[in-house]
Amino acid sequence: MAKLELQNLTKAYSKTVVPVKDLSLTVDDNEFLTLVGPSGCGKSTILRMIAGLEQVTQGTVSIGGRDVTPLAPGDRNIAMVFQSYALYPHMTVYDNMASGLKLRKLGVGDIQKRIQSASQVLGLDPLLDRRPSQLSGGQRQRVALGRALVREPDVFLLDEPLSNLDALLREQVRADLKQIFERQESPVVYVTHDQTEAMTLSTKVAVLSEGYLQQLDAPNEIYRRPANRFVAGFIGSPQMNLMTLERVENSVLLGEFKIELPDAARKGSSVILGIRPEHVRLPQEGDCQIVRGDVFLVENLGMSDLVSVRLHGSDDRVLRAMLPADATWSRENIELALPPQSIHWFDVETEARLTS
Amino acid sequence: MTTTHPTATPQANATGIPWKKVLLWSAIALTVIFSLGPPMWELLTSIKTNSAITADSVVYFPSLDQFTVEHYVQLFQRNQFHIYIFNSALVAIVSTVLCLGIGSPAAYALARLRIPGEQIVLACVLVVTLFPYILLFLGLLDLVRALGLANNYLALIIPYTAINMPLTILVMRSFFQQLPKDLEDSAKIDGYNTVQMLWQIVLPMTLPALVTTGILAFIFAWNEYIFALTFITRESMKTIPVAAAQLGGTTLFEVPYGPLAAATVIGTLPLVLLVLFFQRKIVQGLTAGSVKG
Ligand SMILES: Nc1ncnc2c1ncn2[C@@H]1O[C@H](COP(=O)(O)OP(=O)(O)OP(=O)(O)O)[C@@H](O)[C@H]1O
Ligand SMILES: [Mg+2]
Repeated sequence: MAKLELQNLTKAYSKTVVPVKDLSLTVDDNEFLTLVGPSGCGKSTILRMIAGLEQVTQGTVSIGGRDVTPLAPGDRNIAMVFQSYALYPHMTVYDNMASGLKLRKLGVGDIQKRIQSASQVLGLDPLLDRRPSQLSGGQRQRVALGRALVREPDVFLLDEPLSNLDALLREQVRADLKQIFERQESPVVYVTHDQTEAMTLSTKVAVLSEGYLQQLDAPNEIYRRPANRFVAGFIGSPQMNLMTLERVENSVLLGEFKIELPDAARKGSSVILGIRPEHVRLPQEGDCQIVRGDVFLVENLGMSDLVSVRLHGSDDRVLRAMLPADATWSRENIELALPPQSIHWFDVETEARLTS
Repeated sequence: MTTTHPTATPQANATGIPWKKVLLWSAIALTVIFSLGPPMWELLTSIKTNSAITADSVVYFPSLDQFTVEHYVQLFQRNQFHIYIFNSALVAIVSTVLCLGIGSPAAYALARLRIPGEQIVLACVLVVTLFPYILLFLGLLDLVRALGLANNYLALIIPYTAINMPLTILVMRSFFQQLPKDLEDSAKIDGYNTVQMLWQIVLPMTLPALVTTGILAFIFAWNEYIFALTFITRESMKTIPVAAAQLGGTTLFEVPYGPLAAATVIGTLPLVLLVLFFQRKIVQGLTAGSVKG
């Protein structure tokens, strides 16, 4: 019973620097919330406000129904994993994990038991007597994680914990993280700018931009139904094709090709069309919306080819398509289908999603 | 039947003189002689009999019958040098501890808190270091008189602390600045309060820097001469440099080379021991404290 609740949270460093604006969200037990967004969008600031390391300008933070906004970090019963790990260099691995427990006046037996079980999960047993300087980066990362786990906190906070690891190790630790936190009850708030981490680890993703919450949803919802143009462009790799097109009655013109508008999008003088490269495909029987163009760039991604196509009828319209590596197509006058159910429509003014 | 094959070992081929090594070692030897020569001379002089010191042909290494510890004995028996050592130690230790005790919190505040006018404070601190401290001496003399501090240890402790303060603040501030802030945040989340955090987390990591600045401050206080000569006139409160300079011979025209040399050795020895002892600590502290790797 330790629901984390943020209400109208605002942080202003000065009149002009306001990295977090009126943020409200809740994270329940057994939920894993990931905050993603471009650099400088306020992710760390939010986490630090939850931890109590940063004073809240407005709004409240409550944990398990208890308003903790005025409390010191040490009194909130949270645990945080830092990007730099922040292990105490003059203490052994064991003491690093034990220090927070000793301060909470836990018995020696209890401390030992907790550290034992955590170090078993993380494979730290042979390292307990070492200093942080005698560990590799990956081992330090696990110690930092262990220090958080033994605390058995009400809320876990992690600020880009994997960003200092190399790609291979990151993938492995990511999988470990998922297993470890699936066994934990307490809510987790995880900051990253790696969308793979966001998609694979979380039960909920919050996409932030310029201090505002853009969308808060389950990972696949965010992918399938981005709430606005920013989310559409930010989530998904390679990036979604986004084009502002002029509206002609009930359709738009993409180059010389007519694309039918759904009812909800039939307003304004122009609309934004979005379609993910992996949803653009070579025409099959029954496809009606087909465009043609010339390929000017092929990027081999192994499983598939990322093909950039300049559409006929306009020089600057480029469509990127992800085509299976074993498919055959001609570079000149390639035909591509845009399945209507995979097209996202966004308002030009508000950039909000138009179709439901 | 044995046939001998010429075996080509690297050594066998190296017939020429290894000039690089020769050069390196002669450079090292020269450096050692250059810097250790004078202290060695003092040390040797201090254990030679007077006749050996003044002998017409220079005696470099005293033979067994030229060897004596009489100069040291004399320093302690006739000149009461243990008192001066105590005085010097007291003044130097107290001023060093005060300097670190006041300077490091100030440095921490300057490094971590965003204080309005921080730049001005730093500029002032820096300006103080630009003053040749001899210039302060006359003004301080008036102050000491006005406050009635003459012949009081405080007359030395306070100026020494003040003179060492800028260095302490500047060095410690830059040290604190490069301490990762995450560590302190992590300690706060672990539940340390500010005092516990400073004492148990920050201080252990700061030890190398504290020792380094502490040694510098101590050396200055231990060796300082002008203030000690002027502000203290009572015989029983003098410090080693003053006492050593005032060593007299048995007659007016005799220069007491032996006791002077012995006094120099005694005055330097604590510093040497201090540095040697803490140097290991410093190195240990530095390697144990490294976060990167
Ligand atoms: N102490 C501070 N004083 C003034 N502005 C600050 C301070 N700390 C952060 N900011 C500003 O707040 C904004 C958000 O910073 P924050 O660290 O939360 O970004 P972030 O989303 O974590 O970025 P990154 O992904 O690069 O870590 C930034 O524009 C930053 O310049
Ligand atoms: Mg950050």
